[in-house]
Amino acid sequence: MAEQAGDKPFLQFTNVKKTYDHRTLVVKNFNLDVAKGEFITLLGPSGSGKTTCLMMLAGFEDVTSGEILINGRSVTSIAPYARNIGMVFQQYALFPHMTIRENLAYPLKIRKKPKAEIRAKVDEYLALVELQAFGGRYPGQLSGGQRQRVALARALIFAPDIVLMDEPLGALDKKLREQMQFEIKRLHDQLGFTVIYVTHDQTEALTMSDRIAVFNNGIVQQCAPPHVLYERPANLFVADFIGESNKLKGVIASVGDDRVSVRLDDGAQVSTLKANCTEVGLPTTVSIRPEKLTFTDRLGSAGNQVKARYITRHYVGEYIRYHFETSDGTELVVKNMNDSSAPQFSANDEAVLAWLPQDSQALDRPDASATS
Amino acid sequence: MSKIPAYFGFWHRFGAWLLQVSSWLVLLFLILPILVIVPLSFNVEPFFSFTEGMLTLQPEAYSLRWYREIFNDPKWLLAIQNSFLIGILATVIATALGTCAAVGLARDDMPQRRFITALLLSPMIVPLIITAAGMFFFYSNLGLAGSYLGVILAHAALGTPFVIITVTATLTGFDYSLARAALNLGATPLRVFFDIIMPLIRPGVISGALFAFITSFDEVVVILFMAGPQQRTIPRQMFSGLREQINPSILAIATLLILVSIALLVTIELLRRRAERLRSAED
Ligand SMILES: Nc1ncnc2c1ncn2[C@@H]1O[C@H](COP(=O)(O)OP(=O)(O)OP(=O)(O)O)[C@@H](O)[C@H]1O
Ligand SMILES: [Mg+2]
Repeated sequence: MAEQAGDKPFLQFTNVKKTYDHRTLVVKNFNLDVAKGEFITLLGPSGSGKTTCLMMLAGFEDVTSGEILINGRSVTSIAPYARNIGMVFQQYALFPHMTIRENLAYPLKIRKKPKAEIRAKVDEYLALVELQAFGGRYPGQLSGGQRQRVALARALIFAPDIVLMDEPLGALDKKLREQMQFEIKRLHDQLGFTVIYVTHDQTEALTMSDRIAVFNNGIVQQCAPPHVLYERPANLFVADFIGESNKLKGVIASVGDDRVSVRLDDGAQVSTLKANCTEVGLPTTVSIRPEKLTFTDRLGSAGNQVKARYITRHYVGEYIRYHFETSDGTELVVKNMNDSSAPQFSANDEAVLAWLPQDSQALDRPDASATS
Repeated sequence: MSKIPAYFGFWHRFGAWLLQVSSWLVLLFLILPILVIVPLSFNVEPFFSFTEGMLTLQPEAYSLRWYREIFNDPKWLLAIQNSFLIGILATVIATALGTCAAVGLARDDMPQRRFITALLLSPMIVPLIITAAGMFFFYSNLGLAGSYLGVILAHAALGTPFVIITVTATLTGFDYSLARAALNLGATPLRVFFDIIMPLIRPGVISGALFAFITSFDEVVVILFMAGPQQRTIPRQMFSGLREQINPSILAIATLLILVSIALLVTIELLRRRAERLRSAED
């Protein structure tokens, strides 16, 4: 994790708003503090304003209102070419008329570095992305993954303070993508630059980031480390967007210090973690991850229980997905490891599904939610 | 000849044959007047027609006489020198202006794009005689008529549209994220232009420049209006030659002009192919 440098955050978005057409706000009040060396991912559905935020930071779009500060200094007064921010473009944007070496040398040449230093740096970064043999080739002669690595090396070679990556792995197949994720993480650990990363792929976001900012409709729904985001989503949008969740509807019955008690629509009373729904009588959704549900009452009296009817199961490989339905028709999914504990059911079997209170949260109801 | 499909009936076949014959005739009609000039320029006699000796291919009926005449005549030498001087300088100006205009007009945020484009291309569309007359009156007021500067500027104005068209063509599909990438890597907008945009649109710039040169090189109407005796170019000299000293030296110079034009057109075609190859390497 990143260490905070001084008391001022390294990079700061404060109340940033952006509109392209002077009518609708594409980014509504974006606030984010980034520490030096942190790996931040912007995650969100298409059109939620992620690219727009990067473009404002890189200086290709102006900020409608609010401020972006680097080391406490507003970037609006700095020209794009003077910001010292590296960027990996989604479509690589390698210069087709320059060889790979020339592409990598370009930012150094601009900075008027001595020839010998440029040569050494280019060699170093070619080695870093394992493309030593390809320095003399043109971008058109490389595969997609190789071009991607060149783009990455070119964005890093001039030691920028911040590196922006806009879905850099979007065009790659799964295997290459995983390899590149690993490579980016390795370089990040090795070189310690600050990353703002954009992706659609939540697994990518979870595995790579120090913190993830989940976007929707131009608003950051939650910005937190991956495990917090997954285990304690701040609202139903985040719970739904990151991973999978079972949703049981109910009403808040009583509120404790860090727990709330919820009366589910089918009458059962359950205890869950307190989240963004904290008033007695409010409609709520209890969200539980499929892998937190179990079949047995091994949990004892501490556990919550619901009755459900078995529908079907999907064999996935390392785990099995069981589909159930409660008496009011809510679908529940249980993920169970594919081992000796995996039970057998036949259609319409009644089962008791249980979970621990700390594995569930009482979140907003979609109709009462501010997210949609 | 292209193959006639086997399923064609007699009339169909006859029609296809007729089409091919007439196509060749049209081509011949277009190119014969030009080709005829070439052998005639080697005529030993001061005539514009084939002599007995030429038709029977006797070597002594041919000579380089008219070519020698050109290169010994100070009038022709001045004309050749003028043509190149005016052509090259007009090309340089047209290329610089046309490239800047095309790059600017390619921007999304350029206001009144269509209107400005139409305005800049108008010298290609407005009848030349009107442009020439307009230029003559305008330049006379500025004291530029009858001067090298006036002729060069006039020819630059005629050549600019060609540069705009060819450069615009290479700019369509230009990946502006390359410019952003360069900017992001620290290049100032000026460097982005020279390091990134220019190399990628160079084929368009060069072929535009060649078109601009040919335009100036062939041009006679504007010259008739604008040029004084000092600025006579080759076409202008041919024009007066036709009236004053009718002899085949005009044909000799015409042959030379044809050679220059062919060389330029071949260059343009080679550049076009190169651009195509570069573009396909981009993807
Ligand atoms: N140049 C532009 N002019 C006008 N509207 C734009 C422009 N760029 C983006 N938008 C709009 O702004 C909104 C946010 O776009 P943005 O590109 O930031 O989304 P995104 O989160 O990056 O989406 P994706 O995941 O699909 O890349 C979209 O509704 C889009 O239509
Ligand atoms: Mg985007």
